[in-house]
Amino acid sequence: MHGRIKIKSTAQQEEEKRKEREKKLKIYVSARDTCFSKRKEGILDEEALQVTQQLLSSNPDFATLWNYRREILMHLETVKEKDEVQKIYEAELAFLESCLKLNPKSYGSWHHRCWVSARLPRPDWSRELSLCDRCLSLDDRNFHCWDYRRMVVKVSGVPVAQELGFTDRLIGSNFSNYSSWHYRSTLLPLLHPESPESPSPSHEPPQPSPSHSPQTQSHRVCEEQLLKEYELVQNAFFTDPNDQSAWFYYRWLLGRAEREEMISCVYVSRDEERVAVAFSRPVNAQSVSLLLVLDGQPQKVEWKSVHPRFKHSPVCICDLPPGTISDITNEHNLTVHWTEKYTHRDCALYTGRTESWCRDSATDQELFRSELSVEKTSVLQSELQSCNQLLELEPLNKWCLLTIVLLMRALDPLGYEKETLAHFQTLKEVDPMRSAYYSDLCSKFIIENTVLKMEYAEVRVFSITDKNLTTLCHLDQLLLVTHINLSSNQLQQLPPQFAMLQCLEVLEVDNNRIENLEGVYHLPKLEEVLLKNNKISALADLQPLASCPKLRRLDLRGNPVTQAANIESELTALLPSVTDLLL
Amino acid sequence: MAAEELPSEFDVVILGTGLPESVVAAACSRVGQRVLHLDRRSYYAANWASFTFNGLLSWIQQYQEEPQPKEVQDWSSLLDEGEELVYLSNPDSASISNLQVFCFTSEEDEEEAQSSDLPNPTEEKAVNEDTDVKPSADSNEEATTEKQETVGGAEEEQVTPTEGEEQDTDKPHLSTAQSQLEPTRKRITYAHLVKEGRRFNIDLVSKLMYSRGSLVDLLIKSNVSRYAEFKNVTRILTYRNGNVEQVPCSRADVFASRQLSVVEKRKLMRFLTSCMEETEEHQAYSGRPYLEFLCDQKLGDNLQHFLLHSIAMVTEDTPIEEGLAATRHFLRSLGRYGNTPFLFPLYGLGEIPQCFCRMCAVFGGIYCLRHSVDCLVVDKDTNRCKAVIDNRGQRISCSHFVVEDSYVGKKAAAPRRLLSRAVLITDGSVLPSDSDQQVSMVTIPPVAARYPVVKMVELCPSTMTCIPGTYLVHLTCQSAGSAYEDLAPVVTRCFHTPDSPDQENRPSVLWCVYFNMVDGSGVELEGHGLPSNVYVCSGLDSTLGHEYAIRQAELIFQKILPEEDFCPPAPNPEDIIYDGENPSTPAGEEDEDGAGEEGKREQSQTQE
Repeated sequence: MHGRIKIKSTAQQEEEKRKEREKKLKIYVSARDTCFSKRKEGILDEEALQVTQQLLSSNPDFATLWNYRREILMHLETVKEKDEVQKIYEAELAFLESCLKLNPKSYGSWHHRCWVSARLPRPDWSRELSLCDRCLSLDDRNFHCWDYRRMVVKVSGVPVAQELGFTDRLIGSNFSNYSSWHYRSTLLPLLHPESPESPSPSHEPPQPSPSHSPQTQSHRVCEEQLLKEYELVQNAFFTDPNDQSAWFYYRWLLGRAEREEMISCVYVSRDEERVAVAFSRPVNAQSVSLLLVLDGQPQKVEWKSVHPRFKHSPVCICDLPPGTISDITNEHNLTVHWTEKYTHRDCALYTGRTESWCRDSATDQELFRSELSVEKTSVLQSELQSCNQLLELEPLNKWCLLTIVLLMRALDPLGYEKETLAHFQTLKEVDPMRSAYYSDLCSKFIIENTVLKMEYAEVRVFSITDKNLTTLCHLDQLLLVTHINLSSNQLQQLPPQFAMLQCLEVLEVDNNRIENLEGVYHLPKLEEVLLKNNKISALADLQPLASCPKLRRLDLRGNPVTQAANIESELTALLPSVTDLLL
Repeated sequence: MAAEELPSEFDVVILGTGLPESVVAAACSRVGQRVLHLDRRSYYAANWASFTFNGLLSWIQQYQEEPQPKEVQDWSSLLDEGEELVYLSNPDSASISNLQVFCFTSEEDEEEAQSSDLPNPTEEKAVNEDTDVKPSADSNEEATTEKQETVGGAEEEQVTPTEGEEQDTDKPHLSTAQSQLEPTRKRITYAHLVKEGRRFNIDLVSKLMYSRGSLVDLLIKSNVSRYAEFKNVTRILTYRNGNVEQVPCSRADVFASRQLSVVEKRKLMRFLTSCMEETEEHQAYSGRPYLEFLCDQKLGDNLQHFLLHSIAMVTEDTPIEEGLAATRHFLRSLGRYGNTPFLFPLYGLGEIPQCFCRMCAVFGGIYCLRHSVDCLVVDKDTNRCKAVIDNRGQRISCSHFVVEDSYVGKKAAAPRRLLSRAVLITDGSVLPSDSDQQVSMVTIPPVAARYPVVKMVELCPSTMTCIPGTYLVHLTCQSAGSAYEDLAPVVTRCFHTPDSPDQENRPSVLWCVYFNMVDGSGVELEGHGLPSNVYVCSGLDSTLGHEYAIRQAELIFQKILPEEDFCPPAPNPEDIIYDGENPSTPAGEEDEDGAGEEGKREQSQTQE
């Protein structure tokens, strides 16, 4: 009576599916073979175009076929009329759209689309842009599409403001999106460049033009816009403080200005007849274009890094020809030119002096702080307040804690020292997975503060004891230090950068975990090394000390190496200059 | 047309095409039961139906007419030994009451209005009640009342310029303040509403589908979703301090909100995250009001209002358990399909019961509209219903009978709760925004003491429920008085009407209807002195979602077929084998074409 419905059984359905699949496979394989043989024979006709289309529409990730297709298209370009070519390429774009529907993250399809768009005689960029809009609304993290969009924007000169509006929309719908935030960070400096009267560290003229690659621009943004961005990003991290994309963007906003490229210090030593030059950023000692002028005469010298382990270093040294400045009764005037940067620094070595230097101190440059105007400092102060507000609500949020630390550094590194250290303690507790990272960062800040204190005191003694230091950094700032005390920390090594301490005479690193002395290398003035209670276990680890000609006192008590047989005689052989050896 | 004989034997006979009945029908048919699904009305979905504007006017007219007492026919001749008849009650028109219609937009043509019939007495009364407080001239009231009588009349022939600039004489019943309002705004006339009337789909009930509610789950599970399309509710609004504001409820909303301070944003997000899991803190408040818990969280007035009224949508004395459950239901549904927890079916909620009917028909269910059951044939010994006798005297045997509660009527004589409903056609959104295609859910806390909480849904033209330039607004609350008494205060606050002439910045109400519906929640499935294999579907309930109706359908299904799966996925059409025995399209297939489309009404007529 009723037409009862019967449904195919699962077995029936699967059998059908299997047959279907087999059929498809057969077609696919034969089409593939056709393509390969055609390509081998060098046939570039429209039939091949059709067959490859058939294959690619089921498998858009077949790179060889895309290549073949490009060969055919390039051939057709030479034999067809311009209008026909336009039609062919438009069809190609339509076909690509269907491929992207199949796999929106297909490398082959996106690459081919770039290629086609570039060759299209009359490209329709607005259409391409709306394709990107559509794709990104479906998946706002499709990086293929982001890449393509950047290409389209660049070629078609889409106004920067329009693109910024686009990121507004995407961030509005979901702010957990690095791509959008990052895109913003490249657009803002173009649209709202830092006003020219404020000290622009890189002397590039701001030219907001859409085709201008952001990389060559200053990365700074004018203050008015910065304030708006702070507000935007605060909304994001108050809404979801565990989402890191907003915090990363925030850090970019707070980022300090780039430092001017300059020679920060020139040091000359009469005894070693050596010149050391410190730069504001690491340079390649071999290729940096430096000119040393001594008493008006250009000198031919060989610049080298302080340690063979690294080519790039913020400190370069050179040895003057023997006898050039060794006479203590002579006065010498030295100028180092950094020719490619059009900058130089003078240094005078007066009669009766064994050494001399000329430099900008870290305190003069506010080296470890942001370069900020007074207004900006007040802005940072209010940013710190908001973050503290958030911390009250979320006392265990690591991003908030870390950002507060950074803000405090930017505002007043010495004034906030105590609070900073307390926050680091909390950070290590709430985020134990990254406790080593926090220890290193904390070490860095402690070193920065100590450098500042040392320079305010105008001494050449650097001392950080019992502060749980895990790493050493900013060693270029210690070029002039003669006495360093790092006892009772958690240091495991004296890294190659340690060789920048060209003036060092006394090194105290008792009670650490040092296994490696690589950085104690060719330190011309080093006399004493105190290494009590460390982890030096092999004689070979002490090898670098042999390169320090003036070493006379070495304390190795409490190191495993002292247990070795014949250690004393071997050490005497290795370090003949040492007269005072404690084992 | 001569009545075509129906088959005389079914497994399940269902009377009434409301949502629960339709779901039961689909579920039974899907697992191979022979289903006969009847409705005495000329349209599907009973009180769950959606109407065109003109359809709604007819529906109003029908309820305003005096119900004609139906003579009870004696079918005892059809009885066998040991059987007795149980008569179903007259379909009671009391499920709809207190109908009141107001038109605040102008006639296109004064003469047209005058040529129409005299007003129906009940209606005039209703309107006069309203006009007592309205500062407008008598002659204008006539225009207002009369135009409603053009309903079944000649308006089809009217050739009306649809967007003509309105002349001053066309709106004599408007107050002075209103007539000065935005002279550039093109007012939509009543004639235009009627002319474009078929583009409206006006729901009798107003509900929304929770994205993770049982209805959505069922639509997905059963593949019935393929018969309908849905739109996201785009924003949650609330009425507060005399203004309509957006409620930030999703992460993106909270981020973008301009009303909240960053600290409020954090507090709100934290609260929403923390309430997803039962905590000891929650337990400590056990039995106490949710509001008390919210107060102690020190969230501030803003957030407290949003959380209580817009997200949990509960009242101030709701206990914490219920409040948290409602909050979680809301939050779980959030983000599945968009930034709000709700979906709305294109072409109105009346589509949903029809989708299930269609599923039933695909699997062989037989549909007849304008066809009712007069009485049940009950075996005296077993007290089971053996058969039903339809209104043409055909005896149809069945194993189970499911019936809409209005046929059981007075026997369930418990004092019934009512819902107050209002449907407005307005000329703008309550909260204009960049996009004019917003679908908004608006929660309105009691406007004054003793007033109920009102839920308002504002539909834009892209939901296919109203014409461009208008919005369709549904208001619902549990009745304290008549629908007009309950809802008119809200309407005058949120909209520009002749009663609120000073609110020129608010959207104007062009036309509106108020009515009360019976709140059927609480009606028992069985009992009512009926045989044990007869199940009663209670009509509507006052909640926003569909949980109640779906749960009820599932319960009934489980009583009928305790061993069977409830609405298993329907197979794809290509997996269905049509037997050689019945090479033409199966009976169900024909009905399928009808169900869910306009054609179904004609088709069911032919069945008569």
